[in-house]
Amino acid sequence: MTHLGYLVAGWSVTVVGVVSYAVWVIVRARSLAQRVPENRRRWMMPDV
Amino acid sequence: MNVTTPVSTFELTGRGVQVLPTSSSKATKVLGWLSLLGFAVLVVLAFAWVPQDTRITDQGDVVGQFDAVRLMFVHVPAAILAYSGFGITFLASLGYLRWRTVWWDIMAVSAAEIGVMFGVLTLVTGSIWGRPTWQTWWEWGDVRLVTTLVMVLVFIGYLAVRRIPVQAQVQARRCALIALVGVVNIIIVNRSVDWWENRTLHQQSTLLARKIRDETLFTLTFSLLVGAALFAWLLLHRFRMAYLQSQLEQLEVEQALVERRAESQLHDCQAASALPTQTHLSDAPQEGEDQR
Repeated sequence: MTHLGYLVAGWSVTVVGVVSYAVWVIVRARSLAQRVPENRRRWMMPDV
Repeated sequence: MNVTTPVSTFELTGRGVQVLPTSSSKATKVLGWLSLLGFAVLVVLAFAWVPQDTRITDQGDVVGQFDAVRLMFVHVPAAILAYSGFGITFLASLGYLRWRTVWWDIMAVSAAEIGVMFGVLTLVTGSIWGRPTWQTWWEWGDVRLVTTLVMVLVFIGYLAVRRIPVQAQVQARRCALIALVGVVNIIIVNRSVDWWENRTLHQQSTLLARKIRDETLFTLTFSLLVGAALFAWLLLHRFRMAYLQSQLEQLEVEQALVERRAESQLHDCQAASALPTQTHLSDAPQEGEDQR
């Protein structure tokens, strides 16, 4: 396979970038959700 | 109620497992799994199915991008998702200016942030792709590259304005106006390769012009679908995160109002209990009056 280094770099940057951002959003949202009463986060699934 | 204390932090389930409240829902779970599954399939298609980009010249030389073409499946979706994020920011900003509700403002900032993330990825992956194909990481004279950079910087500025501590309505209005101006960049970036054909290394649109092989076109279309699912998943979570933030701020305001009212009532009670004593004292004959 040609240009392997570029392929690894391009795909890795994308995956790491998206996953890092997604983890930040999920963790932050979870932290906020704990501090907001259930009736104010009504779109969420019941905690099962 | 003290809003800084976790409310309903833990819930006991039938299996005895304690689960934290999250921003997930059935929709986000479906989208999340679709994105993951789609990405796994995309990797297989991109690296095992799509052939190298090669063509034979009249002189019999083999030219093309070879395997570097596989960077297309991350670069092009990132660019289109960045456009989508900024486009949604524009529409939500219009919605805010029309209806002035928090919902539109939250949608605008959520989409802008995701747009910036994909915009930065577009620039980085484009630069990585450009090195083997154009023999350069960056070209300041290239209109597509520079206009894309300007577009991303405008929306980074949009997010920076969000951090200026001013009244929420003022901030939302300012940001909405920035989004209305910033969206013009999307059109400029998208059309730049046609308007300034001789001032860019970037190729013109290959998606609509059908200039690529069927396998590549199919995989590119598939990557856009996976990107769309991922974008929707991110937007839902980011929107809910911002919504929770606004709810928390509202709760803090309500709590402050309750405390203020309680203080006021306490003050009134103290004043009322002190009143008879003052009356009694004022009714008492003064020293000077006695003398008169």
